[in-house]
Amino acid sequence: MKTKSVFLAAILLISQFAKAQKLKGSDTVLPLAQKEAEVYMKTNKAAKLTVIGGGSGVGLAALIDGTTDIAMSSRKMKMSEKIKLSDAGKATKETTIAFDALAIIVHPSNKVNQLTREQLEGIFTGKIKNWKDVGGDDLSIVVYSRESSSGTYEFFKEHVLNNKNYASSVLSMPATGSIVQSISQTKGAIGYIGYAYVEKEVKALKVSFNKGKTFIAPSMTTAKDKSYPIIRPLYYYYLTSSERNVKPFVDFCLSAEGQGVVEKVGYIPLTK
Amino acid sequence: MQSSSKKFSERFIEGLLLISSSITSLTVVLIVLFLFKEGLGLFSHSAIEEGNVIAVNKNNQVSVLSAEQLKDIFDQKIVNWKELGGSNDSIILFRLEDISNYYSDEQIGENFEHLPECISKLNDSISGIISFFPDKYWTTGFKGKKIEFNKITIKEVFAGKEWFPTAHPAAQLGIAPLLLGTLWVSLGAILLALPLGLASAVYLSEIANKKVRSILKPLIELLAGIPSVVYGFFGLVVIVPLIQQLFNLPVGETGLAGSIILGIMALPTIITISEDAMNTTPRAMKEASLALGASKWQTIYKIVIPYSISGITAAAILGIGRAIGETMAVLMVTGNAAIIPHSLLEPVRTIPATIAAELGEAPAGGLHYKALFALGCILFVITLIINLIVEFISSRKKYQNS
Repeated sequence: MKTKSVFLAAILLISQFAKAQKLKGSDTVLPLAQKEAEVYMKTNKAAKLTVIGGGSGVGLAALIDGTTDIAMSSRKMKMSEKIKLSDAGKATKETTIAFDALAIIVHPSNKVNQLTREQLEGIFTGKIKNWKDVGGDDLSIVVYSRESSSGTYEFFKEHVLNNKNYASSVLSMPATGSIVQSISQTKGAIGYIGYAYVEKEVKALKVSFNKGKTFIAPSMTTAKDKSYPIIRPLYYYYLTSSERNVKPFVDFCLSAEGQGVVEKVGYIPLTK
Repeated sequence: MQSSSKKFSERFIEGLLLISSSITSLTVVLIVLFLFKEGLGLFSHSAIEEGNVIAVNKNNQVSVLSAEQLKDIFDQKIVNWKELGGSNDSIILFRLEDISNYYSDEQIGENFEHLPECISKLNDSISGIISFFPDKYWTTGFKGKKIEFNKITIKEVFAGKEWFPTAHPAAQLGIAPLLLGTLWVSLGAILLALPLGLASAVYLSEIANKKVRSILKPLIELLAGIPSVVYGFFGLVVIVPLIQQLFNLPVGETGLAGSIILGIMALPTIITISEDAMNTTPRAMKEASLALGASKWQTIYKIVIPYSISGITAAAILGIGRAIGETMAVLMVTGNAAIIPHSLLEPVRTIPATIAAELGEAPAGGLHYKALFALGCILFVITLIINLIVEFISSRKKYQNS
């Protein structure tokens, strides 16, 4: 009798444990996933979700090692990671859960309103050093960037700088908040931040990715219809073998309620 | 009976004290060993990412590249093999991610089984190619030439002017800008804090009356209790714009802002320790000086300061120690650009700030991770030297007293 009850308790514990799911990865996705998990757990009392940050690379590595159920990522899986997965004999599914737009911001007094991708590349790699070269006042350009550990740093480098390295004179700030603070008090400043963080102390520029034919300002509308060019999808990755386990939560994130959370957190919901 | 039990309890306490102190020492030794083991591992790596190769077309005359040249090639600053002593042929970059531009998924194969073949074919057919891929695709019969890289040398690390630990495919690990940044900021901090701290210490120990002293001293000691991130925030919002306006600079995040914040943070250490040293001046010596007709000020700078000079030096050095190791406040106000600073009015990046900002995302055991540990070792050596100097100075004082 006694052994039986112990056995039962053990089974109960194990089943409880099996329901606990781990999400690990990108710090950009983190606030969104946390909020989603919070709302999800309110309606599904049995579900247990743990959300951990650490960076996209960390999350994907954990998925390959099998120490997380869902990897949150702010970039697509790299070729090298795909190869590692196939070596381990595992297959993954990718789900886009939201989009994030990056805004290029300057000091509000700056006369420049728009820049092309080529000009941005010149500025961030240190070839263009004065605002007068891009149609502004005679004022030296002060470039702010995120720290190299940030996924935003990598995305900007790949997408806007054409994989070139930033100039070494770029000032790197530990957080988005300090970029906004610094740009709002430095006349010649330029930097990039997530669209959700744009405030009235700074000015967001229009950008053109077709050599100056059209310039698009960042907004919820231009981001939703994808006409704004600096936009990146945010992903969940999970193993096909554990699909049954994680599917309810992923489906919740894609549902109307889940997408409502996306907009509330400040990211761009998927358009249906 | 009673005495034996007392003896036993005393021995027990002694044993407990012995154990706790040996655990403490052991922990310190283990931490240092770990730090150096990881840090020195840097020099068994080559600058190119572990497990990857750089290959070129077999007819290419270039066979050796430095990490810096490699970075410039992949940044498209060098666009022709001619610039590297090769033939007049423009450089074509190939990363593994680019494979889909040349071959379809079917050609590569579902499990990437044809990938080595595809890379080999590309290397053979494009004369100006330089490709970067994992070394397991470097199969026998690969039609191309491998470029060799040396292991990272101490000279490269200390004299290197560029810090790009995440640069692909070759990381740039020059720590000169970081080391100089750290030293500049600390020097500036001590130049600001020492005169101010000494003046306060003299005032507190010699001039202030008891009532003023009982208010001022706790206030100054309170400075040490403010979290450094609060100092950093204060610096970013108040001091940075102030410096920018005052010197009419394009940017306010400078070494000077870091120096000011660190100076304020070092003040309590300097004031408390040098004031304690001044208080140890024997009353008889001061009274003798006053009795000989010296004024109060003459007594201070002829008797009190010379007597306590070793305590004051120790205070200054401990203040520097505090400044060199400080992380968060500096991270927020110095701008963190890894360039060699020529004055205090330029952005700088310090060693502690670099470690704090980058360690979170550096893959454990990799090149970047080890480079950060090597930075930790350098910081450790600097503070060790500072502590040895303090030890030396205080031992000299004992000698003087006897």
